[in-house]
Amino acid sequence: MTAISERARTVQDDWLRMVLTLVRREVRDSLRDWRIVAPITILTLFFPVLMTFVADLAMGWVAKYGNPIIGDRLVPFLLMVVGFFPISFSLVIALETFVGEKERRSLEPILATPLTDAQLYLSKTLAAMIPPLLAAYLGITVYLVGLYFFKDWTPPLTLLLLVIALTTAEALVMVSGAVVLSSQTTSVRAANLLASFIIIPMALLMQGEAIIMFWANYGVLWWIVLFLVVVNVILVRMGIHIFNREELLGREIDELNPASLWRIFRGHFCWERWFFGLDVQKMPAGLRWLGTLGGLYRRDIPAVLRRSWLALLVVVIGLVGAAYIGYSYAELYPLPPKMLHLEQISAETFTEIPAVEWIPEFTVRWVLGNNVRSLLLAGLLAVFSFGSLAVVLLMAPLTIVFFFVAQAAQAGYSPLLFFAAFVLPHGVLELPAAAIATALVVRLGATFVSPPRGMTVGEGWLWALADFIKVFIALVLPLLALAAAVEVYVTPYIVTWTFGG
Amino acid sequence: MIELLGLTKRFDDFTAVDGVTLSVPPGEILALLGPNGAGKTTTVRMLAAILRPTSGQASVAGYSVTEHPQEIRRHVGLLTEHPGLYLRMRGREYLDFFGRLMGLGADERASRARELLSYFGMSEAWDQRMGTYSKGMRQKMALVRAMLHDPSVLLLDEPTSAMDPHSAKLVRDAVLGLRHHRRAIVICTHNLAEAEALADRIAIIRRGKIIALGTVAELKAHLLGAPLMELHLAQSVDGVVKLISDLVQVEAQAKDRLRYFTPHPQKTNPLLLQTLTAHGVGVVTLSEVRRSLEDVYLRVVEE
Repeated sequence: MTAISERARTVQDDWLRMVLTLVRREVRDSLRDWRIVAPITILTLFFPVLMTFVADLAMGWVAKYGNPIIGDRLVPFLLMVVGFFPISFSLVIALETFVGEKERRSLEPILATPLTDAQLYLSKTLAAMIPPLLAAYLGITVYLVGLYFFKDWTPPLTLLLLVIALTTAEALVMVSGAVVLSSQTTSVRAANLLASFIIIPMALLMQGEAIIMFWANYGVLWWIVLFLVVVNVILVRMGIHIFNREELLGREIDELNPASLWRIFRGHFCWERWFFGLDVQKMPAGLRWLGTLGGLYRRDIPAVLRRSWLALLVVVIGLVGAAYIGYSYAELYPLPPKMLHLEQISAETFTEIPAVEWIPEFTVRWVLGNNVRSLLLAGLLAVFSFGSLAVVLLMAPLTIVFFFVAQAAQAGYSPLLFFAAFVLPHGVLELPAAAIATALVVRLGATFVSPPRGMTVGEGWLWALADFIKVFIALVLPLLALAAAVEVYVTPYIVTWTFGG
Repeated sequence: MIELLGLTKRFDDFTAVDGVTLSVPPGEILALLGPNGAGKTTTVRMLAAILRPTSGQASVAGYSVTEHPQEIRRHVGLLTEHPGLYLRMRGREYLDFFGRLMGLGADERASRARELLSYFGMSEAWDQRMGTYSKGMRQKMALVRAMLHDPSVLLLDEPTSAMDPHSAKLVRDAVLGLRHHRRAIVICTHNLAEAEALADRIAIIRRGKIIALGTVAELKAHLLGAPLMELHLAQSVDGVVKLISDLVQVEAQAKDRLRYFTPHPQKTNPLLLQTLTAHGVGVVTLSEVRRSLEDVYLRVVEE
């Protein structure tokens, strides 16, 4: 047992030793590049001194007008700024980690060493982060030392920890994102162009953080730290998952090949005909469509659902969570007792719905259109949020539904009866359809983080897209249409019959 | 030591290597020849476990390239097409860095590095930044990097390109020394004279397929036909052609020279000389017309 654990420790030490060897080389190389060292030095030493001077000046100036709060808020804000400026360099270093080496032709010898993909990826990420991060900490120290000597100001410990955590989290996210770009592009130029996808969100985030800093609501900033850590975990996971040493060397140009994309998509979209074991080719031409439908509904769609089981599970957990949140909020914010008078519901109640501003008409077409629009929007959001926002979008209406179910219970109605009358008739079709569609768009987003084994991100994404479109047209849309018809023509009668006066 | 069985590599629609089957036992040098884009580098990258084959199998130093890529990288020395050095590093730092990645101890790293640099006449480069190296020095440094961990398999892509004749000879001698130490070596090169001088066997690859494989002699015999002999006479060839027509078919003739193919020169040539001597025809020389690997290569590739 001891021998085994000793061996495991040796393997682990070896693993880390390889990582540190590469990190040391990369850091040393960065520190030998004056184009990196000179700006970092300026931002680390001169800029914080300047900021100390600015803070001193601003505090004195605003104090003259009896408004010291601005000065008080400016000092922590500048603390955040002196930390952020040096880490902006981490982006420059990280963007050229892989693709820069590829351009300099020094990547292949490294790929030929026993380094694993994870070691290579981790080393490059750490190496891109360490010099700017150390510079950021040094900048913060210089700024604080200046303030201590000139203004006798020391930050509260929580504020200092917050700024350090924020700076570190921002550096982590920028480096992780930039390393992903660097490992997926074929030239430094392309990586720099794509860096806008990091720079713009980070700039917006910084502006938001600046407002919060002036607002002095530091609790919100801790949530931002947490958010950045989660984003970083996703980016690192995504980076390691889609990192492919083969692609790094094999791909020479970022070429968009529509014909190839179409071929891959079509390959995943098409399905085999099947009709209860019969040879479809030998069936009369007029009946072969049975094989097409049989193959789709008996073979292909079940297969799509089977391979989407994890996404379906996530959606189901989301739905259960939505029900819980709806119930909890109903307890927190109960409606006035007389507000929920279900006995007052009549056939007219439903004909008057179009009077509500956000429900301009209560027709099958409108309900269907609204559901389809929501699910397509979920698909779009899923792509940009690794699938997560699609689940949130599905949870929102269900949270509202369960909020009212709980309110009905509090008002003395049977929650089961309320649910059975208001939701179940059309929900039995609409909910599974929406859950399936959401699960498939979750796959669309999640493919970026975790492409299927043996596939590139592009291939995996086209596969998920083909599955989504196929199931959406063949299963989700018919179910939603039927649900809309039930919702417009059946549910009102059941509700009126159950509760109406 | 190196076994390839139906090794194939596709990039989307393009097949770079198409069902390559060959083996290189320990102590053998195989030269991989072929035009640009034929699939040589892709084959070598698969053998170095940098690229994963699309199909087929390959084992290098006893490990499968698909199942144990890390082990393969530990046992293979790869000289890449471009030296790919870190120009801001010094020679000693660079070799120390790669030695560490290859798992060598500190003493071993230093002694191997010094020994190899000294062999290639690069001792003075030990403490110089590699950005100051000449092209040839960079190539030699890349070769030292490939040989540093004393690999059992060496994959060398254009090992002597950019080198002066003296350095090229040092490299060739080093490669021959490694063969003597039973290393399996694959050399990709466009230098046909070098391939002929070094390689035990030649594989010619075109459009991803091996189109010729064998020793230089086998390839010549197979692709260029029977040996071509040239007879230089002390007199005009008039009348001589008829004399020897029962023995050989004359391919070409000039004033005092003629050429003929013979599949069995050891039998034919003595008989031919006897006949000529018996008829009083003076023979100045009888020799085989040297046909180079280039002839073989051009024949195969142009086909």
